[in-house]
Amino acid sequence: MAGGYHLPDGRGRFGAYGGRYVPETLMEPLIELEEAYKKLRDDKSFREELDILLRDYAGRPTPLYYAERLTKELGGARIYLKREDLAFTGAHKINNALGQALLAKKMGKTRLVAETGAGQHGVATATVAARMGFRCTIYMGAEDMARQAVNVYRMRLLGAEVRRVDSGSKTLKDAINEALRDWATNVRDTHYLLGSAVGPHPYPMIVRDFQSVIGREIRAQILEREGRLPDLVVACVGGGSNAIGTFYPFIEDKGVKLVGVEAGGEGLETGRHAASLAGGSPGILHGMYSYVMQDEHGQIRTTHSISAGLDYPGVGPEHAFLKESGRAEYVAVGDREALEAFLTLTRLEGIMPALEPAHALAYVMKIAPTMRSDDIIVLTLSGRGEKDLDIVSRSLGGLF
Amino acid sequence: MSNISKTFRDSLSSGRAALIGYLTAGDPSLEQTLIYAEALVEGGVDILELGVPFSDPVADGVTIQASAQRALAAGTKLLDVIRLSSTIKKSLETPVVILSYLNPIYRMGFRKFFEEAGSSGVDGVVVPDLPVEESTDFREEARRAGVDTIFLASPTTSDSRLDQILRASEGFVYLVSLLGVTGVRRELSLEASRILERVKARKERPYVAVGFGVSSPDHVAALVKSGAEGVIVGSALVKIVEENLNNPSKCLEQLRRFATSLKEATTL
Repeated sequence: MAGGYHLPDGRGRFGAYGGRYVPETLMEPLIELEEAYKKLRDDKSFREELDILLRDYAGRPTPLYYAERLTKELGGARIYLKREDLAFTGAHKINNALGQALLAKKMGKTRLVAETGAGQHGVATATVAARMGFRCTIYMGAEDMARQAVNVYRMRLLGAEVRRVDSGSKTLKDAINEALRDWATNVRDTHYLLGSAVGPHPYPMIVRDFQSVIGREIRAQILEREGRLPDLVVACVGGGSNAIGTFYPFIEDKGVKLVGVEAGGEGLETGRHAASLAGGSPGILHGMYSYVMQDEHGQIRTTHSISAGLDYPGVGPEHAFLKESGRAEYVAVGDREALEAFLTLTRLEGIMPALEPAHALAYVMKIAPTMRSDDIIVLTLSGRGEKDLDIVSRSLGGLF
Repeated sequence: MSNISKTFRDSLSSGRAALIGYLTAGDPSLEQTLIYAEALVEGGVDILELGVPFSDPVADGVTIQASAQRALAAGTKLLDVIRLSSTIKKSLETPVVILSYLNPIYRMGFRKFFEEAGSSGVDGVVVPDLPVEESTDFREEARRAGVDTIFLASPTTSDSRLDQILRASEGFVYLVSLLGVTGVRRELSLEASRILERVKARKERPYVAVGFGVSSPDHVAALVKSGAEGVIVGSALVKIVEENLNNPSKCLEQLRRFATSLKEATTL
C-alpha cells in the first residue's frame, strides 16, 4: 500500500507492540515462516493461485449489502453490511486459512495445527486441509466444544482430529497454548495455522495481509455504490483478525473513522468480560507484547463473553498500536446488547449474524441514529449465526 | 566468576557434571518447597532451580502445568519465590536460579525484579519465552544487579543465533534436549547429543547443561557421556511431589533418594 504506514518494522513491532516472545524451539521456524512469506507475497503465481481459490472456492468477493430496513429503523446514517457471513464455511476465517495453507504447502509442510474458539477457524482450517491434502489437528477448549458442538462435528467430518483442551480456562487461550506446544514438538513437518491477528511476529502481519481482502473489497464496492469512502467503519475485535482486515486498507484515509468493538461480557465493572483494550493493560501473552487481561501479578485472567470467538484475554498488537496512536477507537458491548442486536438484524433484514459481529452491530445501532442521513457506515458482518443458535435459545429462555 | 560458574568448575574438577534440580515454588506450599529443596541438596543437587508458577506455561508439559496450577491456587507470587530464594540462601550455599515466564517479571518491572532478586541472593534467571533478540533491557538490568542471565538453545537453533545465545548466556547455557515441551520421557531424544556436540565445538562458550525430558539416572549418565557439563531434572522431581501431596515425609525421602541416584550418574 502506498504512503506512510509501513508496519510492522523489521523487528515485528507496531510501535511498541508485537515482537516475538516464544520458546527458543519456535524462533527459527518463525524466522523461516517470515522469510517464506516475504518471498511469496510478491510472487505473481502465488498471488494468482490464491486469488483463484478466493474467487472460485471461497466465493469472493462477498457482497456489500445496503441494509435498508435497518437504516430506516435507526433513522440516521446509511448502513452497509460487508457480508463475510456469505464466504465459504460461514465466516471470514477462510481468507486467512487459504492463504496460510497455500504458504505452508509451498514451504513443504504436510500437517496443519490450529486453535479454535467458536469453531469457525477450526472449520476453515479443516476445510482447506481437506482441499489441499494436509493432515490436520485442531485444538479446542472443552468449554467451547460444549457450546459449539455443531462445528466440532463439521471438523471431524472434514477429516480433522479435534483435540479437547482441559487446561486453564478451557477456552481459546488454552487452545492456543496447546497448539504452540504441538507446533514445538512437530515443527519439522507442521505449520501452525494461527487464526487471528495475534501471536509472535510474523503472524499478526500475515493474518492481517490475508484478511485485508475484506477492506480492499469494501473500498472498491463503496466507491462504486456511493462514489465516496464511508464515514465510519466498524468491526468486532477478539484477537482482531476481521477488524484489522477491514481497517488496514483505510488506515491512511483520515476521514474514515475506525471503531473496533470488544466483548463487554457482563460489564467492564464486573471484571467478567473479554475487552483487552478497554479493560486490560500491556503485557506478554502468546508470543506478543500487547494489551492483555491480567491481574496485578501478571497472571492472565479468565475472560467471559457470550461469544466464544471473542472470549480471549489478548488482542492483536496492531490494534494496541492503533488504539494508542488514536487512529482507531475501541469500545465494549455486553452480552445482552449483542443478543438484542442479533434479534434486530434477524427480524429486520432476515440475516442471522454470528454473536461476534452482533457486538459490532449493537454499537452501530447506538451510533447510527446520532449521525446524519447522508453519512455512511460500513459494518463487517464477520460470520453467520447458525453456530450460535443453541446459545441464543438458552439465553432467550425459550422465548421463541 | 559467578557462583553458578564456580559450581560448575568445582563439580567438573571433582569429576562430576553439575546436577540442577527444578521445583515449582509453592507446590503445594512455599514451606514445603523449602523443605523439599533442602532434601534435594542433601541428596546431591548442586544448583536449585525454582519455578515461578504462570497461568500459561507454553514451554511446559502436563506435569509442570499441573504443578503451576497447584502453586497458583496456593497463592504463590513472584515476590514470594524471590523471598524463598533468600531464605534458602541463608542456610545453604547452593546457587539458586529462578525460572519464570516473562509476563510476571514484566509486570513487576525489570529493574525492581532484578533489584529484589539480586539483594535476595538469586544467582541466575531463566525466562523460557524471552529469546535473546528481545532481551536487551532485561540483560541490562540483570547486569546492574549482578544476576546471571541463562538463555536456552534448542535443536532448531541456527548457527548464527547459537553464537548470539552463547554470548548472552552467563553461568551456563540451557540446552533443550528435544523438540517439544518439558515432561518425563522414557527415552532420551537423539537430538540431545547433536546439539551438545555443536555447542561444545565452540571455543568461546559458557558451561553447558541439558534439560527437557531428562528423567532418570540412565538419561543423566548418557548425557554426561555425550559431554554435558550439567544436567537439569524438572518434571521427574515435580512428579514425585505430585504423587505425594498428602505425604510430605515420604515425598522428602523419595526426593532425596532420587537426587542421590541422579548424582551418582553424573560421574564423568
